[in-house]
Amino acid sequence: MTLRDITSTRLGRYGLVPVAGAIFIALLFAFVFIKGGYLLTVMQLAMIYGVFCVGLNFFMGYTGQASFGQNAFAALGGYGSAILCVQFGWEPIAALVASMAIAGIASVIVGYPTLRLRGHYLAMATFALGLITYDISVQWQSVTQGYMGYSGIPPLGVGPFTVEDERAKLVCLMVILLVGVWISGRLRNSRFGRALRAISTSELGAAALGISISRYKLAAFVIAALYASAAGSLFAHVVGFISPEVFGLQMVVVTFTMLYVGGVGTVLGPAVGAIIASLLPEIVRSTGRFQDIAYALALILMLIYVPKGLSGLANAGKKRAGEEG
Amino acid sequence: MTSATRPASSLIEVSGLSASYGRVAALKPVDLRVEEGEFVTILGPNGAGKTTLLRAISRLIGSSGQVRFKGDDITALPAHRLAKLGIIMVQEGRGLFGEMTVHENLLLGAYGLGGDRAAIERRFEEVFRLFPRLRERASQVAASMSGGEQQMLAVGRALMAGPKLLMLDEPSLGLAPKVAAGILDTLGELNRKGLGILLVEQKAPLALRLARRVYVLASGTVRAELPAHEISSHHDLARYYFH
Repeated sequence: MTLRDITSTRLGRYGLVPVAGAIFIALLFAFVFIKGGYLLTVMQLAMIYGVFCVGLNFFMGYTGQASFGQNAFAALGGYGSAILCVQFGWEPIAALVASMAIAGIASVIVGYPTLRLRGHYLAMATFALGLITYDISVQWQSVTQGYMGYSGIPPLGVGPFTVEDERAKLVCLMVILLVGVWISGRLRNSRFGRALRAISTSELGAAALGISISRYKLAAFVIAALYASAAGSLFAHVVGFISPEVFGLQMVVVTFTMLYVGGVGTVLGPAVGAIIASLLPEIVRSTGRFQDIAYALALILMLIYVPKGLSGLANAGKKRAGEEG
Repeated sequence: MTSATRPASSLIEVSGLSASYGRVAALKPVDLRVEEGEFVTILGPNGAGKTTLLRAISRLIGSSGQVRFKGDDITALPAHRLAKLGIIMVQEGRGLFGEMTVHENLLLGAYGLGGDRAAIERRFEEVFRLFPRLRERASQVAASMSGGEQQMLAVGRALMAGPKLLMLDEPSLGLAPKVAAGILDTLGELNRKGLGILLVEQKAPLALRLARRVYVLASGTVRAELPAHEISSHHDLARYYFH
């Protein structure tokens, strides 16, 4: 048996649960696309949060580190796009790319000293990073316009071609999310991704095999920052308005929920979690004044019965299919 | 001094290596060496500092003292640089990445080869020749395998790295005698081909079958260094343990 043979057997076969899950998500997407209106906006935001979570998954899922401060890089992306487009008349795409570059550089500068910390200390340090960025976005009014934020941010587009139709925006965001997920999947199963996952299991074990722990942690942190920045920029261009609140503490809580509902450390989990956790409040809205309780209850039940996230459910189904086969 | 002018050196030479956990000195200054192609065993009771010694050599824990590899001082190098030099350790409890497949674990062993697929393929074939069971289990998740298979994987993964010195921490732990003997026989075969091996083992009869030299470690110090055949025929290990 050659290496290629082994790789091909590794693919296994698809189980019923993942296929059913994919059909469900596709139908959900089609329903929202046809129905339009408010749900369209909810799904657009789900796609943007999905991009953020796919990035966060590199650091928290694959590498097993804690970061409560990725919203800082989303803010860099959002404000970068807003300032470059509104103040300097840049093309949205150019502003998005430039903001990602800035966020990448910032993440290296911040990550290099911060990632020497571990566990709770790392979590606290990254949390402080988010808080500091929030304060800067409020206080540095000459640049960020404080609580007023930025409005009139142009939609995504290249030259005269702009994506202004809400349905077109959704399709555009879905394509971007799928590309993000594809990159994530490719990297997860690469030499780089295996090294990250090894670090997540045992840092000493990974180091003993020649993996530079600090370098890989930093790389995962930078990738997460790039995704976060892209998500921040997308928010700015899709919604057309940003303020400090957009990238505040709530973003941290919401994205953590999405990551764990979908399945931390899985390829599809962050995207699935972003969609389900975004639509869940709309589903429980019918419970009226009990909607917050219903939302919390649904999340608790999910975490109890599907502790590895909805993607974990799909994997369990796939394993069962493999055993039967 | 360049390697061309350097006199012949041990594969690894440890001088005054000590380590502690907090205030507890787990390893008092220890001297040890392994020559090229030599099979050396460290014997000792529980808590003797055997695992600490291997971890200190591998730089997986902080330590003081000096470690030289083929004459070069490697004391200041981080753990991942040692692996690239060919100093590979199979940790106690195997240290596998349990949620990854056998194939992925082995690929991680070959991390130092980068993207050289031909070289990786060759290493796979070498490992699968030694442990045919791993070929059958290639797509299986490591945590779902039996203890013996996991130990084969741990050794196989270390071999994927192309070690020059292979250090193993109690590879027989928790294994049936026949399985443990099989693993040790494989180590013997590797040693006969020139691989330097430093084995930590509590099961003395197993280890003494293969070792050329033995260090007896107790309470963090080397109590004795002697040829393996002397222990098997003349010495009572307990005498050193409780010396």
